Amino acid sequence: MSATSIPMHGRQTGWSLPDRGTVGMYCLIAAESAIFTIFVVAYIFYIGKSVSGPQPKDVLHVPIFYTVCLLSSSLTIHFAVRGLRNGSKGAFGLWWLLTIVLGAIFLGGTAAEWRHLIYDEGLTLQTNLFGTTYYSLVGLHAFHVTVGLLALATVSIFTLLGYVKQEHAERTEVLSLYWHFVDVVWVVVFTVVYIIGR
Amino acid sequence: MSTESIAWPAPEAAPRPLVDALHEWVSTVDHKRLGILYIVYALVFLVIGGVEATIMRIQLIRPHNDFVSPQVFNQMFTMHGTTMIFFVAMPVVFGFANYLVPLMIGARDMAFPRLNAFSFWMTAFGGLLLYYSFIGGDGLYGAGNAPDVGWFAYAPLTAQTFSPGHSTDFWTLSLLVSGIGSVGTAINIIATILCMRCPGMTLGRMPLLAWLNLTMAALVILAVSPLTAAQVMLLIDRYLGAHFFDTQAGGSAVIWMHFFWVFGHPEVYVLVIPAFAFASEIIPVFSRKAIFGYPVMVAATVSIAFIGMSVWAHHMFTVGMSSAANTFFVLSTMAIAVPTGIKIFNWLATMWGGQIHFKTPMLFCVAFLFQFLIAGLTGVMMSVAPFDWQLGNSYFVIAHFHYVIVGGILFTLFGAFYYWFPKMSGKMYDEPLGKLHFWLFFIGFHLTFDFMHVPGILGMPRRIYTYEPGRGWDIWNLIVSIGVFFQAAGVLVFVFNLLRSYFRGEIAGSDPWDAWTLEWSTASPPPSYNFATIPEVKSRRPLWDLKHPEDPDWHYE
Amino acid sequence: MRRTKNSNKAGVLRIFLIVLWTAAAAAAAEPASPLLSPTNIFAPMSTPARSIFDLSVFVLAVSAAIFVVVFGLLAYAVVKFRKKDSEEAREPAQVYGSVQLELAWTVIPILIVVVLFLATARVIASIQNADQPSNAIQVTVIGHQFWWEYRYPALNVVTANELHIPVSDRAHPTPTFLTLLSADTDHSYWVPRLAGKTDLIPNHPNSTWMDPTETGLYLGQCAQYCGTQHAKMLLRVYVQTREEFDRWIREQSQPAHVSDTVSEGRRIFERTACVNCHAVAGTTAKGRFGPDLTHLMSRDTIASGAAPNTPENLRQWIKDPDTFKPGSKMPAMGLADPELNQVTAYLETLR
Repeated sequence: MSATSIPMHGRQTGWSLPDRGTVGMYCLIAAESAIFTIFVVAYIFYIGKSVSGPQPKDVLHVPIFYTVCLLSSSLTIHFAVRGLRNGSKGAFGLWWLLTIVLGAIFLGGTAAEWRHLIYDEGLTLQTNLFGTTYYSLVGLHAFHVTVGLLALATVSIFTLLGYVKQEHAERTEVLSLYWHFVDVVWVVVFTVVYIIGR
Repeated sequence: MSTESIAWPAPEAAPRPLVDALHEWVSTVDHKRLGILYIVYALVFLVIGGVEATIMRIQLIRPHNDFVSPQVFNQMFTMHGTTMIFFVAMPVVFGFANYLVPLMIGARDMAFPRLNAFSFWMTAFGGLLLYYSFIGGDGLYGAGNAPDVGWFAYAPLTAQTFSPGHSTDFWTLSLLVSGIGSVGTAINIIATILCMRCPGMTLGRMPLLAWLNLTMAALVILAVSPLTAAQVMLLIDRYLGAHFFDTQAGGSAVIWMHFFWVFGHPEVYVLVIPAFAFASEIIPVFSRKAIFGYPVMVAATVSIAFIGMSVWAHHMFTVGMSSAANTFFVLSTMAIAVPTGIKIFNWLATMWGGQIHFKTPMLFCVAFLFQFLIAGLTGVMMSVAPFDWQLGNSYFVIAHFHYVIVGGILFTLFGAFYYWFPKMSGKMYDEPLGKLHFWLFFIGFHLTFDFMHVPGILGMPRRIYTYEPGRGWDIWNLIVSIGVFFQAAGVLVFVFNLLRSYFRGEIAGSDPWDAWTLEWSTASPPPSYNFATIPEVKSRRPLWDLKHPEDPDWHYE
Repeated sequence: MRRTKNSNKAGVLRIFLIVLWTAAAAAAAEPASPLLSPTNIFAPMSTPARSIFDLSVFVLAVSAAIFVVVFGLLAYAVVKFRKKDSEEAREPAQVYGSVQLELAWTVIPILIVVVLFLATARVIASIQNADQPSNAIQVTVIGHQFWWEYRYPALNVVTANELHIPVSDRAHPTPTFLTLLSADTDHSYWVPRLAGKTDLIPNHPNSTWMDPTETGLYLGQCAQYCGTQHAKMLLRVYVQTREEFDRWIREQSQPAHVSDTVSEGRRIFERTACVNCHAVAGTTAKGRFGPDLTHLMSRDTIASGAAPNTPENLRQWIKDPDTFKPGSKMPAMGLADPELNQVTAYLETLR
C-alpha cells in the first residue's frame, strides 16, 4: 500500500527515451573497444622490439581482398536491415546471407594467412614479440568476427524458418551495430598491423 | 457494471517449504532481490576479508613474530586486497545500485533483468573460484594455492618461472569471470538510467544517486575491460608461451603496470563515486535542506571520472619514467583534487543553515566528510612525485587508501545501510545500537589508520611479513593492531543490529525519514512491481513537492 | 534515547583513553631517539633526500592550512546547525546553490594546485636530471630474489648486500650514482635518509644517486614486493671517509685469501653444488646466481641483513637457510656435520 500517492496528471505526451537494446549495444561496443585498445597499444609498443625471429616487413602481405570483403559486408548488412524495415523479408534474408558469406571469406583469408605464417615463415605466438602481439590482436578480432557470424547465422536460421518479421527490424539493427563495430575494429587493426607496423 | 465482488486469494496460511523460497531467490531476476543478494554476499566476504586483515595485524603486532609463515602472510595480503576490492566493495556498490536506481527513477525493474541475474551469478562464482584456491593442492611452498602475488600481480613475478603452480591462475581466472559480471551490470545500469526514467524525469531531475551511478557504470565499462585484456595476455604468457611480459624476450614488466593501473585507478573512483552518491542523498535529508549546487555536483562528478582516467601512472612514480612523464601525472593527479574538493564544499553548504538530525546515517556521513578530507590531503601529498618517492610503497600509502576505502567508502556504506534498511526490510533498526556501532568503529578506525601513517614516514615498506626491531616501528604497529579489535566489535554490533531488527524491529512505514525521493513513496519493502502506477515528476524532489504544495521545488529549478 | 547515546559514548571513550595511555607508557619505555628511527624520511642526510624533505614541509604546511579551514567549517556547522529540541517542525530555508561560492571554491583550489605543481616540477627536474660529475662513484646494483649484487665497474669490485660509498662534501661533492638492474622480478632500492626509492625492473635500467654528508651506517630495505622473502631483503649502506673507502676498495679487489688450514673445507666447497651459485675470486668457483663470497668475512651480516655474520649463524645458514629466511633461494646443503664444520671454517677465512 502506498502511503503517499503520486498523482498521475495524464501521460505526458512526447516522453520518449532511447531504445534500451541500442543503448546496451553501444555500451558493449565501448567495453570491447577498451579491450581492443589495450591489445593495439601492446602491438604498437612492441613494434621493432623483437630480439629475433621474422619481422613484419619480411612476412606480412597486405590482405586487400579480404579487407574489401569484410568492409563490404557492412554495406550488405545495412541493406538487409533497410529491407526489413521496408517490410521485404526476402531482400532482408538475401542481403543478410551475403553478409555472412563475406564475413566467412574474411575468416578464411585469415586462416590462410596464418597457415602461411606458421608453416612457411615459422612465425607463431611463441616466436617473438611480433608473433605474440600479431596473433593475439588479429586473433582477438577474428574471434569477434566468429561470434558475430554465429549470431548472424542464428538470425538466418530464424529467417528461413519464417520467424523474422518487420517488427524485428530494430533488433536486427542492434545486431548490425555489433557487425559495424567489428568492421571498424578491422580498419584500426589493418592500419596498425599492415601499414604502420610493417 | 457488475456488482459481483471479486474474491481475492486469501493470504498464505501455511509456511512455504524452504526449497521453494531458496529456488525463488536463486532464480530471481527482480532487481531488489538481486540487490540484496549482492549486499549479503559482500557482507559475508567483508567478514572473511576482515579475518585476513586480523591475521596480518596479529603477525605484525611485534617484530620477528611467528604467528604465520611468510608464505601464508603473502597469501593473506593478496587475498585481503583482492577480496575487499572485487568481492566486497564492487558487489556492495552494484547491490545498492541495483536496489535503488529503478526505485529512484520510477521504473519497475532494470533494463535487462536476466542479464542482471547472470551478472550477479558470474560475480558470485568468481569469488567462490578465488576461495577454492585455499583448498587447492600443495603449492610449491606447501601452503595451498591461494594467490600470493599481491592484488596487483606485477609481472614478472606472475610469470611461470617465478610463480609455478596455480596461485596466479586462480587470481586471473576468478577476476576474469567476475569482470564479465561487472561489465554486465554496468551496461544494465546505463541502459536503465537512459531508457527507463518515469515521465517528467529529465536527466536534470534525477536524484544525484542516479547520476553518480551512471558515471560509475561508464567508468566500469572503460576501466574493467583493460584489466580483462591484461589478464588474457597474462594467461597467454603463462600457458601459450607468449612474451607480453617476458623480459627475457624483450618484453616489458612496466607495460603490465600501465595496463593494470589504467584499470586500477578508475576502479577506485568506481568505488568512491557511489559512496558520494549515498552522502548526496543522506546529508540533505538529515540537514532538512536540498543538496547545494546540484548541477555543479553533476559536473564535478563527471570531471572526476574524466580526469580519473588520466592519472594512473601516479602509482608508478618510482618505476623510472622520464621526468616529463612524472610531471604530467603530477599535474593530472593534482587537478582531480579540484572537483573532489568542490564536492566536499557543496556537502558542507548543504548542512550550513540546516537543521541537522544526528541519527546513525548522518553520524556516518559526517565522519565521512572529516575522514575523506584527510584522505584527500594525504593523496595530494603523494601526488607530489618526489614526496611519493619516499612515501610510495610504504605504510603511508596503505594508511591513505584505507582512509579512503574504510574511512570514506565504508563509513558512507554503513550510513546507507542504516538509511535504506527500513525501506528494504520494512523494519526500523535500533538507534542506540547503531550509535554504539558508530563510536566503536570510529575509535577503532582512527586507532588503526591514523597511526598507520607513522611507520610509513619512518621507512616501513608494505607487504612485509615481519620487520626488524630497532627501526622504531614497534609501538606504532602495536597501536594499529589494537584498533582492529574495536572495528571488529563495531561490525559485530552492526550485524547483530541488522539481524535482530529484521526479525523484531518496529514497523518502519514507507517514509520513516520524511525524505524526498521516489523510493519513499512506495511501501516498505516495495512490492515486486515497485509502484502501483508509474509516477510523473516535475522536480528533483517529487515528495517535497507533494508535502509542500505551497512551495514546490519546480518553482525554483 | 539521548542518555543512552551519551553513556555509550562515554564508556567507549573511557576505553579509548585507557588504550592510549597504555600505548603511551609502552612508547616511553622504548629507547628515546631524536631520529625516532634510522629510516626516518624526515631526517635527510643527502641532497635528494633533503630536496624531498624541503618540498614535503611546504606541502605539509599547505595541507595543514586547508585542513584547518575545512575542518573548522565542518565543526562549526555540526555544532551551530544541529537540530535543537526547541525548534518547531518547520523546514529551514531551502538554498539550492550560489554561483559566487562555486566560483570561489573552484578558483582558489586551482591556484593552490598551480603553486604546488610548479614547486614539484622543479624538484623532479633537479633530482632526475641531475648532472653526473666526473668524479662520481659508479655502482651497478643488480636486484635478485632476495639479495643485492653490487659491482663497481671502474674499480673492478664485485660484492653483495653491503654497499660502501665515500662521504660527500657540500663544497666539493663526490656523489655516488647507482645503475639499477634486476636479474629476476621487480625490486626497489629504498634507503630513506639518503634518497627516495627507485625500482629495479628487469629489462628497464634505472638510475639514482646520493651524496651523504655524514659518515655512518644507513639502513633501508627492498620496497617492491618480489616474492616470499621480500621482507628480509635488507639494505646496509656504509658511508665512509675517502681513505676508508679507498682502503675497502683495495681489499675488495684482491682475490680470495688463501689459507692451508682450511684446504679440506675449500675442497668440499669447490666440489659440491656451492660453486653452481657462488663465486670466490681466484678459485674455480664462478657461480653468479648467489652472492659473491670472496670477502664474505668483511661483511657484518649474512643473508642480506637477515642475521649477524657470526660463525654460529654462518654454520646454521649453510645447514638450513630456512632458519633465518624461509623461502630464500639457497637450499639446505645436506652436509654432514664434519663437512659442515670444515666448509664453515673455510668461509671464515674469506676476509
